[in-house]
Amino acid sequence: MIKKYLIITLFLGSFSIFAQEHFPKNDGVKSTNTNYTAFTNARIFVTPSQIIEKGTLLIQDGKVVSTGASVNIPANAVVIDVSGKSIYPSFIDLYSGFGVEKPKRQSGQGRSPQYDASREGFYWNDHIMPEQNAIDHFKYDDKKASELRKAGFGVVNTHMHDGIIRGTGSLIALTDAGGDAARVIDANSAQYVSFSKSVKSRQSYPGSIMGSMAILRQVSLDADWYAKGGSKVTDRSLEAYNANKNLVQIAEAGSRANAMRFDKVGDEIGVRYVILGGGDEYERINDIKSTGATYIIPLDFPKAYDVDNSFLANTLELESMLEWNQRPTNPKVLAENNVRFALTPHKLKKPGELKSNLMKAIKYGLDETKALEALTTVPAAVLGKSSELGSLKKGAYANFLITSGDIFDSKTTLHENWVKGNRNIIESMDVKDIRGDYSMNIGNTAYELSISGKPSKPSAKVKSGDNELGSKISYSNDWVNLTIKTADSTKNEYLRLVSKVGPSDNLSGKVIYPNGNESSFMATKKPKEDKSSGGMGNGKNNGNGKEPRVIPVSYPNGAYGFYELPKQETILFTNATVWTNEAEGILENTDVLIKNGKIAAIGNDLSSTGAKVIDATGKHVTSGIIDEHSHIAASSINEGGHNSSAEVSIEDVIDPEDVDIYRNLAGGVTSMQILHGSANPIGGRSAIIKLKWGESAQNILNKNAKKFIKFALGENVKQSNWQSFGRFPQTRMGVEQLYIDYFSRAKAYDAQKKSGKPYRKDIEMEVLAEILNKERFISCHSYVQSEINMLMKVAEKFNFNINTFTHILEGYKVADKMKDHGVGGSTFSDWWAYKFEVNDAIPYNAAIMHNAGVVTAINSDSGEMSRRLNHEAAKSVKYGGVSEEDAWKFVTLNPAKLLHIDDRVGSLKVGKDADVVLWNGHPLSIYSKPERTIIEGVTYFEIERDKQLRETIKRDRNKLITMMLEEKNKGMKTQPVKKKDKRMFDCETLDINH
Amino acid sequence: MKNLKYIFALLVFSCSLGFAQQTPAPAQTEAFTIVGATAHIGNGEVVENCIITVEDGKITACVDGTKSRIAHIGKVINAEGQHVYPGFIAPNSTLGLQEIGAVRATNDTREIGSMNPHIRSLIAYNAESKIVESMRPNGVLIAQATPRGGWISGTSSIVQLDAWNWEDAAIKADDGIHMNWPNTFTRGRWWLGEPPGMRPNKNYAKNVGEIQMFIAESKAYLNGGKATMNLQYEAMKGLFDGTQKLYVRASSEQAIRDAIDFCSENGISDVVIVGGYEAHKVSDLLKAKNIPVLAQRVHRTPNSDDDDYDYPYKLAKILVDKGVLVGLENSGGMERANARNLPFQAGTVVAQGLDKEEALKLITSNTAKILGVDDRLGTLEVGKDATLFISKGDALDMRTNILSHAFISGRAISLESHQTTLWKRYNKKINGN
Repeated sequence: MIKKYLIITLFLGSFSIFAQEHFPKNDGVKSTNTNYTAFTNARIFVTPSQIIEKGTLLIQDGKVVSTGASVNIPANAVVIDVSGKSIYPSFIDLYSGFGVEKPKRQSGQGRSPQYDASREGFYWNDHIMPEQNAIDHFKYDDKKASELRKAGFGVVNTHMHDGIIRGTGSLIALTDAGGDAARVIDANSAQYVSFSKSVKSRQSYPGSIMGSMAILRQVSLDADWYAKGGSKVTDRSLEAYNANKNLVQIAEAGSRANAMRFDKVGDEIGVRYVILGGGDEYERINDIKSTGATYIIPLDFPKAYDVDNSFLANTLELESMLEWNQRPTNPKVLAENNVRFALTPHKLKKPGELKSNLMKAIKYGLDETKALEALTTVPAAVLGKSSELGSLKKGAYANFLITSGDIFDSKTTLHENWVKGNRNIIESMDVKDIRGDYSMNIGNTAYELSISGKPSKPSAKVKSGDNELGSKISYSNDWVNLTIKTADSTKNEYLRLVSKVGPSDNLSGKVIYPNGNESSFMATKKPKEDKSSGGMGNGKNNGNGKEPRVIPVSYPNGAYGFYELPKQETILFTNATVWTNEAEGILENTDVLIKNGKIAAIGNDLSSTGAKVIDATGKHVTSGIIDEHSHIAASSINEGGHNSSAEVSIEDVIDPEDVDIYRNLAGGVTSMQILHGSANPIGGRSAIIKLKWGESAQNILNKNAKKFIKFALGENVKQSNWQSFGRFPQTRMGVEQLYIDYFSRAKAYDAQKKSGKPYRKDIEMEVLAEILNKERFISCHSYVQSEINMLMKVAEKFNFNINTFTHILEGYKVADKMKDHGVGGSTFSDWWAYKFEVNDAIPYNAAIMHNAGVVTAINSDSGEMSRRLNHEAAKSVKYGGVSEEDAWKFVTLNPAKLLHIDDRVGSLKVGKDADVVLWNGHPLSIYSKPERTIIEGVTYFEIERDKQLRETIKRDRNKLITMMLEEKNKGMKTQPVKKKDKRMFDCETLDINH
Repeated sequence: MKNLKYIFALLVFSCSLGFAQQTPAPAQTEAFTIVGATAHIGNGEVVENCIITVEDGKITACVDGTKSRIAHIGKVINAEGQHVYPGFIAPNSTLGLQEIGAVRATNDTREIGSMNPHIRSLIAYNAESKIVESMRPNGVLIAQATPRGGWISGTSSIVQLDAWNWEDAAIKADDGIHMNWPNTFTRGRWWLGEPPGMRPNKNYAKNVGEIQMFIAESKAYLNGGKATMNLQYEAMKGLFDGTQKLYVRASSEQAIRDAIDFCSENGISDVVIVGGYEAHKVSDLLKAKNIPVLAQRVHRTPNSDDDDYDYPYKLAKILVDKGVLVGLENSGGMERANARNLPFQAGTVVAQGLDKEEALKLITSNTAKILGVDDRLGTLEVGKDATLFISKGDALDMRTNILSHAFISGRAISLESHQTTLWKRYNKKINGN
């Protein structure tokens, strides 16, 4: 009873804690409370690793005064004995949207795109909003606050989840009492960024992740320039950006691939981002570790898929099943690799799901101390508020949890969540736990009563003999009322029992019979059966005690991934037909030795100790196929938001896990240029890659390659085939002027830069200046002769050459002019008729260009066709009578020349990279296929190993399906089967980026 | 031989000046004999030193010249060292129904509405299409012009690819009705806030029900007095009286099984599965019910990351091995221009272990059987149409698929095209030859 009044007292008292001394008071006397509150006999987690058994926590005025085993309790202290309970610092969420409503998407789908900003006085791009402050939109939400407190949170860092640069977030204490004056700990606690555009604006740019990365870089440069007084006008966005510079910068990556991208941008602009992860970090933990960043990790582990329907199960991909199986290990892997991370309920439907997911992570090996740190000390440190938050050290806010026991035990009850010294009761400690089994006699009948459920909201089961009787129990203010339906089912009659809960474990009181008579009863509590013996070693109840079965991670982590990456080998092919692509031509009965990743020797009777000898009798050995024009292995292709996007780079968005890499290896492809699309006259920069399946995005880039950029001409850049009429240029006439405009500006920019005078650094201009300075080469999407001719003339005007006209289809009409200009032609073998501008495309194009002396290649622009480019090359034998040897060069040496990588690849020559393919027959024959594809001496594809990988996929799929069936049978929730909608990119693929 | 070819080519070239398209060849008036070639009969057999005689548009003899001596009649074409093939057949094609992919004005492939059995491709078939003429130099001489869209897309016709107009192009008018079986998966519509990716189609049963209802209504109409003319129901007649085939596009195992049951239950006996990505899982049923498959485009990527990289290359082989009657179809992106690569798709299946002559059947006799035109087309057997061509080498390999002659019903057709015209014009300008 005393305790109950104490609660009320504390509530009253709490108001005075938040009374503000500089505010006038007209409704009474000013009441100041300087009393202390002491919690005694608790197990106190001062920090996750500093634990005091039977300690005292002393708080006053919303803060911790002291914590310890023997604390001097002042006389004016209210003492609360919490023996048997544990006290933890409450949790902190760094990635919250609490109290800040997300804006609604601007409607207007299908209208012509918007290219200009909607705002005035701010940055030129609507999606850059550093001037946005969460606090201006903040409205305390007591319902959500209560949910969060129930999940253990005391403080959240909230922000507006909208835009690329989202402005500042605010640090909010989740206390109902005291108003925002008490709640707002820091109005500008961090700045948030993402790659996703604002839903408030329809401005097109950026339309891709690479565009978002580019604009983050440019904003940083512009802000520096602005700070130095470079601008003549006011830009409130840049002013805010500069003002926010010293705040913690939190980046919404949402996946490990984007985390690497933020890390890269951050390194370039001098920002160390705290990164919201995606839960997939374990897949390439070394890369994640190498960023040195702190992560915020969501705990939204995927549910098992519902695989009851075998047809549907069949469509489920291994990659998705592995996510379900492996993701619970993510926090453990991060912890074991010493990656600093905080945990967040972000992405969970309700914060209440945090505990079960956290327990799952612990079951999958996450250390409990690390788990607690990730919710307390780590987020506090990220915010630079370690002395105020995340611990119960002296001076910290009195933000703590009182629990019935170990916080990570499913049986543990969270009793109270104190925020800034304000008490919030979740499950009262004073409610006596009446759960258990009882026996009683009423009249002549014996009854068995069993009470379970929540201590404050129990449920009851009553049995008489073998009959279960209907019953209802209520428990409040120490009174238990129990209604039992009588055994006679023909009548609606009830026994009503009333009992006061007292010190005794038994329940006793009166029973009221259906006829109104009353008598007394006594329900005797049975002693508890010890169920813990034989359970988990630590006696903790974590659900299923079985060790989780986790499939090991492969590289990439899905179909055809390697558990262990293949290694460089010394390989000797003997007695092969060797296509050298050199003066030696095609050599019969010849050996090829590969060593240290290079072609070591070509000749007869070669030998090398320790070499893997492969009998290639009847087989052909060639250099690897090179595709000048591909769009596989990239997570976006077009940045069409502007008519020039020289500032973006495909290198930023390489996806090394695209299965098309593997499929292309199986087609003998070893190198590719991954080109930007053709949405605009000046596209983005290329990535030249080697198809090193299993390696990271950085490692598949060909670091020796020169720099390239995509240009485009014709219908796509004019936006002829879809409803867009507002972007310049809309005609080929405009395209010429656009180039002249950009190159004139780039020339002036470069001159200014070289003069040493101050200038505004502009990434787009930097890239265009590289072209003028012959440091970057153009590969231009082109179809009709007029525009091909035009671009050569524009280039000549600015004193440089176009490097390549890619998938050029009317090259045959101007091959003489191309030869004079010195540009190469990379073409489709026989594509045509898909649009008006390719109506004069002919399959003889390659032959005519080649015969005119133009360096000619055949490219794909298709992840499907690239894997049989040998077929496409062979078509030049049919169409135009090109010799087989020359036709083969169309897909090997010639594209290598066009990409300026022919010093390393493109032919079999001693000293060149060992990018080699073993074919089971003539490489131009429709009947041949690669048996082995090697890059730098590493065998990335081998036809026998492929068979084994197929078996592994089958085995793992069935193992996982069985496990998911078990999961469903255990009663766990499942999700419906879904399948990735893989899009094959080509030039014209526009990203959908919201 | 080479000279002959050039003279022939020049002749046709000069004839065609001033015309965008090649002039269709006149009817055969004089018999001719092809001697010395290796004949790929199209039924699995190869005849070396073959003698083929052609009269009135038909093959009147096809014998091994080393074993039987028959008289050479009419003009003799010496094809020593060359190969003769039956004309290749491109089923389920939109050839002639659209000229330029991105130009809507040229598109006659799909009508609006979901139940369109009355929509007939034949009358829209453009015999003068530049794409159609580009088929011939690769040996593709026959196509099934097929409408697209809806649950029931419409009625196809089989055409030969050297004609003045759709009437003389028609080999078999209104041969079959094409149906798209409902998908078991649907794509998330992100613009409606649905998550992206593919999800089980919740409306599958409803979609199938709609088709079922249409079939039932059609039958009721056909059984009744037809008081009012209903074009859609009327057009379904051929399916029930067995004069028309039903081509059902179905990809997954479930869809194929459901489609087959559906046809049985509705008394539709002449059924062809089109696409059939998972048809090998249903091969026993297909065999038992004599249901053939037009296997989907060989040159495509697998549907799932987990699938074998070469799965689309070998699907036809797997089905052949299981005893299913298979032809190749090429629907999909850029399908019209790409139809000329049909022989190389068959060649790709050979690389997966299928016998060459078996692979040839996938685009000749098997397809003729599947389309119901095997009485006239698909092999070099006596009595069949002389729809055939002579190639310098193996016609399934692009290096040697080089045609010297091609005939449709004995008519010596042009092997020139808009493309060869441009080739010659610019090769002369640029390279002087």
